[in-house]
Amino acid sequence: MSPLKIKKGSTSHSAYDLRPTFSDKEESHTLAVLVENEPGVLARVIGLFSGRGYNIDSLTVAEVDHLGHRSRITIVTRGTPQIITQIKAQLGRIVDVHKVNDLTVEGPSVERELALFKVSGTGNDRIEAIRLADIFRASVVDSTLESFVFEITGTPEKIDAFADLMRPLGLQEIARTGVAALSRGAVA
Amino acid sequence: MSKAMTGAKMVVQALIDQGVDTVFGYPGGAVLPIYDEIFQQNSIKHVLVRHEQGAVHAAEGYARSTGKPGVALVTSGPGATNAVTGLTDALMDSIPIVVLTGQVPTFMIGSDAFQECDTVGITRPCTKHNWLVKETDKLSSVLHEAFHIATSGRPGPVVIDIPKDVQFATGKYTEARQVETHYNPQVKGDMEMITELAAAMEKAKRPIFYTGGGVINSGPAASQLLRELVAATGFPITSTLMGLGAYPASGDNWIGMLGMHGLYEANMAMHDCDLMINIGARFDDRITGRLDAFSPHSKKAHIDIDASSINKVIKVDIPILGDVAHVLEDLLNVWKARGRKTNKEAVQKWWHQINDWKKVDCLAFNQTGKVIKPQHALARLEALTKGMDRYICTEVGQHQMWAAQYLGFEDPNRWMTSGGLGTMGYGFPASIGVQMGNPEALVINVAGEASWLMNMQELGTAMQYNLPVKQFILNNERLGMVRQWQELLHGERYSSSWSESLPDFVKLAEAFGAKGILCSDPADLDDAIMEMLNHDGPVLFDCLVEKHENCFPMIPSGKPHNEMLLGENADTANAIKADGAVMV
Repeated sequence: MSPLKIKKGSTSHSAYDLRPTFSDKEESHTLAVLVENEPGVLARVIGLFSGRGYNIDSLTVAEVDHLGHRSRITIVTRGTPQIITQIKAQLGRIVDVHKVNDLTVEGPSVERELALFKVSGTGNDRIEAIRLADIFRASVVDSTLESFVFEITGTPEKIDAFADLMRPLGLQEIARTGVAALSRGAVA
Repeated sequence: MSKAMTGAKMVVQALIDQGVDTVFGYPGGAVLPIYDEIFQQNSIKHVLVRHEQGAVHAAEGYARSTGKPGVALVTSGPGATNAVTGLTDALMDSIPIVVLTGQVPTFMIGSDAFQECDTVGITRPCTKHNWLVKETDKLSSVLHEAFHIATSGRPGPVVIDIPKDVQFATGKYTEARQVETHYNPQVKGDMEMITELAAAMEKAKRPIFYTGGGVINSGPAASQLLRELVAATGFPITSTLMGLGAYPASGDNWIGMLGMHGLYEANMAMHDCDLMINIGARFDDRITGRLDAFSPHSKKAHIDIDASSINKVIKVDIPILGDVAHVLEDLLNVWKARGRKTNKEAVQKWWHQINDWKKVDCLAFNQTGKVIKPQHALARLEALTKGMDRYICTEVGQHQMWAAQYLGFEDPNRWMTSGGLGTMGYGFPASIGVQMGNPEALVINVAGEASWLMNMQELGTAMQYNLPVKQFILNNERLGMVRQWQELLHGERYSSSWSESLPDFVKLAEAFGAKGILCSDPADLDDAIMEMLNHDGPVLFDCLVEKHENCFPMIPSGKPHNEMLLGENADTANAIKADGAVMV
């Protein structure tokens, strides 16, 4: 089920949020969690997910406001609508958490991920690899006579697709950053 | 003006500023500077327990009976790890306590130093929040914030881990009023939802109030408002184990505790109601039984201060996020403003139905012969202490359920029991905390012999501070509840559920200098109880009871509310099916 694109700022009582809370269908949601940049805050978030048996598909974290002492954790998680609601409420209980936004339901958003690919090969495979990299707008950040390291940015799906294509061409290693996401539009 | 002082002095100063009068603790290398400061002042009384678990449970007992946060002080390493059970207990039952732990000096952290452990790592999942304070300048503001976080929103335990060099070093003391916090949970409920609930109450034909520990935690005003609301509407009210006393057991609308060992009429009413008003309870699995058959025909409202409790296991129709007292005040105002309407005729009919269920008399028992039935022992304790302002603690097991069933609670903060975690060994140290907070009160710990032995060392504490706590032990020489489940579930194979070498409890009491009373004959019971009540000092009451008594009524696990087992004649042979057996 594709998530509803609804107006930002709508509450759980909103007429827009008509999805049944107790449906069994699993959905993927991207959560943006603004936290106090304290030691242990990431452990609290991860401990919550492992302790209560929730899924983490991807997680990124970095300080975003040095003076305000804030970090932003972006989590891609999966679960039934009820579990997703629980995850948000449980995150909201953590004392160091300032704000939890569900980018998947709160309106249109952009998601990007960066990945590095090491591909080795010679001859036609090597030529094919660099042709595909060009199509995917990946750039070469390291090269030897029998290998490339590509840098690629895009949605997680685009990176998955690039990985599928590189696999038969001598893919050695992938490093992915996990998803960073922001809502579209003028306001935070 | 902020004053300069050592970290150790800050601890004592912050406790004084927060109004703390009692600290339960146990010294050790990493907290010696704090103990040295405690030695040099008279504002705070320190109670030396005999084990750190006891310190935390005592702090819980103090908190639950006084409504003020409890404080415990323990050393690093084993001191902190011994506190973990108490912290988890307080987290599950939402009890505000502040636990201070010593830590090895900052420059030794991570070196596997003597008595070092990762206290904040270990206690992170069992506290509401915790801190490792590495700078003395930050210590006092963390101390003040800790009290704020422990006591506001949904209360809970917090830990402050203080390295020894931070205790010795000098820093700026920040006053409580200078501390800024972003933690300010919403207490006022949504008026639209409150109005919707009032409208539902006007129409309800079979309404029921289902109240929990949140009413107690919200403070005495919440219990007062609840009583007003119940009196004004005439609706029946039941409560969870945690909520007993918020509405008086002698009240006209009281239909008893609900849940796994709750009363027949309360569970049947929960199953058949058409409007369930959950006030500060959390649809715990001991309450709901089988989820897909839980109160199938009702509209459900849920008042809770914790957003994660709402729609966690049971989907509700009217969610109200807020503090019980604030929401009840608004609800009463709205309901009065709308003209105090109820569907009187239908509610009258509903009461007839409930009164029919009451006739089942699900707590009836037969005291015959020369052996004391545990129910009888509690019924006599109830009769002989009626009208006294007594505080009851319990351990965990059959005796705990019987205490909840046979003792009546007239006021909040009089009932201290480990509900969520089910901690055997909770009651005795808790009773010490209760007595410290209420020096003149009658404090009784209803115990089983096995639970009581888990923290029996605290008899030394009770003696040292002359705390006249009464330990009322229902001794069946069995782990009664384990035995009961083995009978129901495991073909009466009683694996490790009896005690073969129990101590002589009278001699044990005397060894500590306390009074011991043995009672095994029903004819002596009243005199023995009076002897216990009249003794000014700790008493160990060894009440030998029927060994194979089962605790009924009971909703077998995996069953809905309307399929209760009702006493000794119940067909228990196949009561629990495989899907229920997997549950605890």
